[in-house]
Amino acid sequence: MKGAAIKNGRMRSLIYNDNTVGHIFALPFIFGFISFSLIPIVFSFYYSFTDYSLGTKTAEWIGFVNFVNIFKDEVFFKSLLKTLQYVVVSVPLKLSFSLMIAFLLTRKSKLVTLYRSLYYIPSLVGGSVAVALVWKQLFARRGLFNTVLDNIGLPTINWFGDQNLAIYPLILLSVWQFGSSMIIFAAGLKEIPTTYYEAAKIDGAKGYQSFFRITLPCLSPIIQYNLVMQTIAAFMSFTQALIITGGGPNNSTMLYGLYVYNQAFKYNNMGYASAMSWIMLIVMSLVTMVIFKSSKLWVFSESGD
Amino acid sequence: MKNKRFFNKTVYHGFVLLLGFMMIYPVLWMIAGSFKDNGEILRGSLSLIPETFKLENYSTGWSGFGKITFKTFFANSIFITVTATFGTVVSSALVAYSLSRIKFRGSKFWFSCMLATMMLPGQVIMIPQYLIYHKLGLVPGYVPLILPYFCGQAFFIYQMMQFMKGIPRELDEAATIDGCSKYTIFSKIILPLLKSSIVTTVIIQFYWKWDDFLGPLLYLSKPQTYTVSIAIKQFADAASTTDFGAMFAMSTLSLIPVFLIFLFFNRYLVTGIGTSGLKG
Repeated sequence: MKGAAIKNGRMRSLIYNDNTVGHIFALPFIFGFISFSLIPIVFSFYYSFTDYSLGTKTAEWIGFVNFVNIFKDEVFFKSLLKTLQYVVVSVPLKLSFSLMIAFLLTRKSKLVTLYRSLYYIPSLVGGSVAVALVWKQLFARRGLFNTVLDNIGLPTINWFGDQNLAIYPLILLSVWQFGSSMIIFAAGLKEIPTTYYEAAKIDGAKGYQSFFRITLPCLSPIIQYNLVMQTIAAFMSFTQALIITGGGPNNSTMLYGLYVYNQAFKYNNMGYASAMSWIMLIVMSLVTMVIFKSSKLWVFSESGD
Repeated sequence: MKNKRFFNKTVYHGFVLLLGFMMIYPVLWMIAGSFKDNGEILRGSLSLIPETFKLENYSTGWSGFGKITFKTFFANSIFITVTATFGTVVSSALVAYSLSRIKFRGSKFWFSCMLATMMLPGQVIMIPQYLIYHKLGLVPGYVPLILPYFCGQAFFIYQMMQFMKGIPRELDEAATIDGCSKYTIFSKIILPLLKSSIVTTVIIQFYWKWDDFLGPLLYLSKPQTYTVSIAIKQFADAASTTDFGAMFAMSTLSLIPVFLIFLFFNRYLVTGIGTSGLKG
């Protein structure tokens, strides 16, 4: 009897011990992390050095051949450049636009919350296939945008037929989904003490001066956060390109993610596609690192002044 | 003076409303398009009021393709979305609790792993994940679309952890003194207080999953198993001359669940994004 009680007690202390409890609660993540992130990453690294086609060819070690071939691949360079163009144009536009709207909606009015919801709608639906199909139609040869151009007497544009222009409807679609950055900016704007503005006003600062001297510096950590998140998202976007342009014309909207997808699932070059995704990871890490490193120059931290 | 203020106010609200109208114009145009005749859409008409109301678009669209109606696609989408969202909420809450409230060996390590997965581009692991599921004989099927969501989603774990920071630790301590175990603290104290964070998770995860295109594209091959997003894409591709009216009708229907959730819970959404983003 006594032995059982002690055993029971030990059992209890084992179950209620912080170490056990912590692991039990964290178990879903630990399991998921190992099986859906860690193992795939290791496999992906291995596959990038192999020649592998699902169903027809088992993974065969070929060393750096994939990487050598990638650097000879014209479409690779084109898609890399187009993706960079997409990121460099869309992210700053999206951030400035969302900041502008957030600023516009700082007024104290009951309607402002309603307006914010209204402006969030594009983000709510923008990722869907439905909107992608609408977009395709808006920029079609005889679509809505051309009707507008025609009505104001400008020549119409063959958006998806022109190599240099085809990327812009996609960029516009990305900028249009400015909602979550806007909400994050709006939350940040609320945190700026009004006393700062009052003091500036007393000192005779004009509206734009207090915007550049107070608002922007105070928001800079949030700008950085949005910049990182939106840059990562922009690098990865490809569903819209897949539906709207399919990468054409002549690969001019072949966003990197789309090209990886095509290599893997259209041409069944699993090894080649894995190698490509590693290059993507390296490029993205470099860009993110540049943003973080440069933050000393432009991100204002309160402890540092 | 008073007149000027009134004028300013009118200009402000007028401007904001006009800009907002422009922003949602494409959505309104789609809804209008769902009642329009094919010819009218193809002419690039700007109008939000159809020349002829063509309700048949909805019945034509609903009949789907290959003898499978949109009823099946909606049922599939609802099943996948609801299951995955449920999984996300339960698992993320458990994990967030362990990482923010319990000191255990390796908790810091797992926390950094969680942050790392948040930054990890999905495309790097998309291919090996597919290959692994394929080896396990789970492709095509729903398992790859649902199972990962029961293992906690980093974005939501992080968001819930931020929220839990705001729940006073004194509550936990008081409960411990009263003899509550960590399990009881979680279910009786933390979980009820986590409500608004959970609602945020439900909304965001719901519409992410509902809109998901890549997952179903990779893992579903039989038309009976298609989700709405894949079905609409197929519908647009299937016929050589696309029936745009019917396509927009189904597109409009596909957005209704997202809009409904947004309508009822948008307060939570705004605060949720605001707080989780801010503290990043």
